[in-house]
Amino acid sequence: MNQPASAYFIEERHDPNETHTLSVLVQNEPGVLARVIGLFSGRGYNIESLTVSETESQKHLSRITIVTTGTPMVIEQIKHQLDRMIPVYRVVDMTLTKRSIERELAMVKVRGEGDHRVEALRLADAFRARVIDATTESFVFEITGNTDKINQFIDLMRPLGLVEVSRTGVAAIGRGPEGM
Amino acid sequence: MSDKSHDPNQMTGAAMIVRALIDHGVTDIFGYPGGAVLPIYDEIFQQSEVQHILVRHEQGAGHAAEGYARSTGKPGVALVTSGPGATNMVTPLTDALMDSIPLVCISGQVPTHLIGNDAFQECDTVGITRPCTKHNWLVRDVNDLAKVLHEAFYVATTGRPGPVLVDVPKDVQFATGTYHPPRKSDVHRSYAPRVKGDATQIRKAVALLANAKRPVIYSGGGVINSGPEATKLLRELVEVTGFPITSTLMGLGAYPASGKSWLGMLGMHGTYEANMTMHDCDVMLCVGARFDDRITGRVDAFSPGSKKIHIDIDPSSINKNIRVDVPIIGDCGNILGDILQVFKAEAKKPDVKAWWQQIAQWRARNSLYYKKSNDIILPQHAIQSLFEATRGRDTYITTEVGQHQMWAAQFYGFEEPHRWMTSGGLGTMGYGLPAAVGVQVAHPDSLVIDIAGDASVQMTMQEMSTAVQYELPIKIFILNNQYMGMVRQWQQLLHGNRLSHSYSEAMPDFVKLAEAYGGVGIQVHKPGDLDGAIQEMISVKRPVLFDCRVASLENCFPMIPSGKAHNEMLLPEQANDEATAKAFAGGKALV
Repeated sequence: MNQPASAYFIEERHDPNETHTLSVLVQNEPGVLARVIGLFSGRGYNIESLTVSETESQKHLSRITIVTTGTPMVIEQIKHQLDRMIPVYRVVDMTLTKRSIERELAMVKVRGEGDHRVEALRLADAFRARVIDATTESFVFEITGNTDKINQFIDLMRPLGLVEVSRTGVAAIGRGPEGM
Repeated sequence: MSDKSHDPNQMTGAAMIVRALIDHGVTDIFGYPGGAVLPIYDEIFQQSEVQHILVRHEQGAGHAAEGYARSTGKPGVALVTSGPGATNMVTPLTDALMDSIPLVCISGQVPTHLIGNDAFQECDTVGITRPCTKHNWLVRDVNDLAKVLHEAFYVATTGRPGPVLVDVPKDVQFATGTYHPPRKSDVHRSYAPRVKGDATQIRKAVALLANAKRPVIYSGGGVINSGPEATKLLRELVEVTGFPITSTLMGLGAYPASGKSWLGMLGMHGTYEANMTMHDCDVMLCVGARFDDRITGRVDAFSPGSKKIHIDIDPSSINKNIRVDVPIIGDCGNILGDILQVFKAEAKKPDVKAWWQQIAQWRARNSLYYKKSNDIILPQHAIQSLFEATRGRDTYITTEVGQHQMWAAQFYGFEEPHRWMTSGGLGTMGYGLPAAVGVQVAHPDSLVIDIAGDASVQMTMQEMSTAVQYELPIKIFILNNQYMGMVRQWQQLLHGNRLSHSYSEAMPDFVKLAEAYGGVGIQVHKPGDLDGAIQEMISVKRPVLFDCRVASLENCFPMIPSGKAHNEMLLPEQANDEATAKAFAGGKALV
């Protein structure tokens, strides 16, 4: 391999990318989300999805769920880099545990009349989506599920008059009696 | 109801800051006043336990605090005002983060009700410094201030050390609240760096070391950060095993340069024997170093046949650049102690005679060779002369960044830790002069020398004024080649010798400049005058600018060219035009 002359060493990495879901338990204090996001942008990591909310208000704990992609070495780096931040209690790779449940909530607005309207309702029923708003020419559906299911539902709504979508991003939790 | 007016722990935020400094054993701080820190300066004025050194630019305060920290093992403290005061600290904070230097910076901020209002001298200090500190805090309530200050010192000095910043709005400095001395509960429960190494991993490491045929120990700045015990144990391990040892730029001094197992520095401008030993070894023990890109050369050809043991207190350093076989997370002092104990109990000294014979052959290549001249001072010769003149003295060396820095690392022999202050990770030109100020404040009676380049030293030259004000007799030993030498070297090697903006056509007269500041200027041109001039520099008890005119086009060798492995070094005797062109063959993409 003929490398261009440079003060830096150029290296091609061929490891395939993987997608991992990380649960991060943090002290809920000002700036903590900026720290986490800044780490990702500063070090060039990907964020596919990010969900954050306080989960234990008395202890001021928030839980951040991050879906990220990278080579196995990068994913390992991301976990270590997160873990060494001062307000971070724990980082769990939900993908590695293979015992996690992931859910996302989406609200999907569809506009249409006649057959399209009937078909949209029928599909929503099949996907166990709920109607949370309706007018004579539109519906807003609420759907919960994993990312694939929601993507699929949205794809089906597109020809039926999809107007807009609002999604929460992925939340994840481990199966069984133990906490993280 | 108790009468709070007589409670000695009731005080203003500004008083709390000074009290916390005292409680943490701080005796010297470096800073620059401004509107948003005036209450703190008022408190400083009214006490005598903490000495404040007034710098000429906040960057100087930061680097001085770094030099102070690196030479003492204690945290360095800087005090700056809001806005430009804080933004001027960004370079030293980043520098300290890259080199794991414990630094506590206290910055003033506009009053809380004006935050976010684009007030005069306002900036988002915690936002700007978030990626260049280990942690930072904005304190909005005076009753949180004591806790945050204590935590700041704890975070800066424990685990992998690093810089922290506490941003204190002016109204919080004025407000009265309750102070408390440091206590354990001041620290985030989520912060608990691991210091003790895993016993199973330690046994695995000892098994590898005990059966090594071609071992090497590769140590870094972590050993120095860990403290004197780690240095002692490292030396003992080298003695007990008989293994060769090399160090990174940051690790110099942990093992004495005069020691028989010493290979010299490794990496891009390391010795041939150090890099070849790394390349051909079968077991590598990395202690407190991080496989940085200046060390490894081409990653996929880095020490291909070795089992690697990596001791580091920061788990994110493990497997970042190089996959290792036995990672051990913890404080390297602790872990070296455990390794030694197990090794002495269970292993016998491996036979590495054949390996040392091989190393002797590499050493015989004399990779630091340069041709002395009677007419012109070679920069390598200047540093060797400086080393000989200061050998055995109580000396501290700082550097700027560039060729002179590499030559200093190659030709100045360090016998003890904490004697070598250099900007390794960030490569900050302008680090050395203010760092020397900080070192001299910590060690008033020692000889403190900044080995400098003519370009770097002009970046923070203003701190000469600080040195004069506080009668700090720092010696600025400038290898003056009138170029940004390392930039010129790369332009020669990579960019067809088109020396784009790397020549300083207007150079100040350093002798007159020294005199203008109230210091002493010395200039030397001839090799024959060098030793005498160095003696004169040492004997002067005032700040000196030493203008050492050296060969202007000398290159720094040996060198690992880009994209090459450790065993493909370019040695000085090979570095004729043809070989150099060949070694650097390729495109001209600059990445």
